Amino acid sequence: MNFTSGQVLIKICDEKNIAISEAMILRETEYLDSNRYEAWGKMEHSWSIMKDSAKRALKGDIVSMGGLIGGEAAKINRRRLAGYTTVCGTIMSKAIAYAMGVLEVNGSMGLIVAAPTAGSSGVLPGAFLAIQEEMGYPDEVIIRALFNAGAVGYLIAYNATVAGAEGGCQAEVGSASAMAASAVTELMGGTPRQCLYAASGAIANLLGLICDPIGGLVEAPCQQRNAMGVSNALISAEIALSSIQNIVPFDETVAVMYNVGRSMPHELRETALGGLASAPSACSRCRNADK
Amino acid sequence: MYAAKEISVFDIIGPNMIGPSSSHTAGALRIARLARNMVKKSIEQVKFILYGSFARTYQGHGTDRALIAGMLGFDTEDYRIKESFVYARAAGLHYIFEIDSKRQDVYPNTVDILITDVDGEETTVTGISIGGGRAVIKKINGVDIDLTGDYYTLVIRHKDLPGVVAGVTNILSIFNINIAFMKLYRENKGTIAYSIIETDQPINADVIDKIEELNSVFNAFLIDKL
Repeated sequence: MNFTSGQVLIKICDEKNIAISEAMILRETEYLDSNRYEAWGKMEHSWSIMKDSAKRALKGDIVSMGGLIGGEAAKINRRRLAGYTTVCGTIMSKAIAYAMGVLEVNGSMGLIVAAPTAGSSGVLPGAFLAIQEEMGYPDEVIIRALFNAGAVGYLIAYNATVAGAEGGCQAEVGSASAMAASAVTELMGGTPRQCLYAASGAIANLLGLICDPIGGLVEAPCQQRNAMGVSNALISAEIALSSIQNIVPFDETVAVMYNVGRSMPHELRETALGGLASAPSACSRCRNADK
Repeated sequence: MYAAKEISVFDIIGPNMIGPSSSHTAGALRIARLARNMVKKSIEQVKFILYGSFARTYQGHGTDRALIAGMLGFDTEDYRIKESFVYARAAGLHYIFEIDSKRQDVYPNTVDILITDVDGEETTVTGISIGGGRAVIKKINGVDIDLTGDYYTLVIRHKDLPGVVAGVTNILSIFNINIAFMKLYRENKGTIAYSIIETDQPINADVIDKIEELNSVFNAFLIDKL
């Protein structure tokens, strides 16, 4: 059993009366010959790495290799714990702190799960750890949802790209955001259709987002883009779960994202020649970081 | 393109890796690990020449530490990557890094790896990191090849003479090994050739002994699926 488009995925889910996560598990076991038990175990391992990487930064003692980030997750967490009213509410505040924390761990040569890339590795752990803590879901529910996220990421990688060098940040954080949006939608009881509405909404919101890493490093603005990616995922899930539909379906949105990426000048696709990377303050900070 | 491999859920939720960059850290490690597998004896010294984006940003991405870690056989998940220089010294592995930021005619993330083994024999490998932690070996000892480590791989260095490939495939069929892909590369007509055979199943080390018994075969290596 295989699928290469959102349309076919939905058809399979309808026919078999299964969730997207289950369709992805079936693709893995039936089409790619994996063992269900082993695949589940691997995902369990990925989730444990995600959780560790999200919590690791809360100590606030991390300094990245390039010296551009470090300590941000702890600051957000401390402010909330000190009793200040959060602007975004607890769940969003936690989600952005965790997402930013994973980027600190990544930037300091810590262990992360590229999901789909290292530069966007904060989005899924941020969304799921915040949701788990605030809503009390057991690990099994999150692990299952990660297969849903994998299905969306696979469809984007197959039909477009998840590489910043090819499609800009919309292809990295945008894809991570779409994956999280769909997975959160399933976890909260949404239908497969609602999942893909959430995913396409998330991509649509981030269309055109450039990849402009300061000094060419996976640090800034990547870290805050991950906070934005996780917020956008939760926003898109909330919209989709409210039975709000999008005019442009998932497959077309993915194609649009790919075309927008291809039409971006190369300065804005991970080369560190444009965007924030070319701003005067960014250039001077990097010279310092080089030393 | 290197699209032969189907995308698994763990290519998307993964790889699990030491950061910060799938191409500059995890991919670099995998190039070095593939290169290490092409040397049978213990490695005395290794020299890396970095090109393109590797040359410009290797320090901030820990590319140098990742390359050494790969040479030591570490996995992309290994916490020791960050301290790999310490482990290299403990293992008696000498290393040198050179930067070539002038050369333009190379893939953006390219590294040349010059390996010297304990007997002073040299092996030269060129690898590229193509994104998402994936690596491709493009050259071995001056011969253009394509090797990804996506499969269990058998590399055979032999004379470019008739009958060698038949001998090899005969041995594989005796061991009941199903070939997924087979490619032949050569330096010049009638000189040295490389046969690269990729399989879905792990390859028994006994196969190597049998293949090396063949006339015209210099040596054979097994490269584990990464």
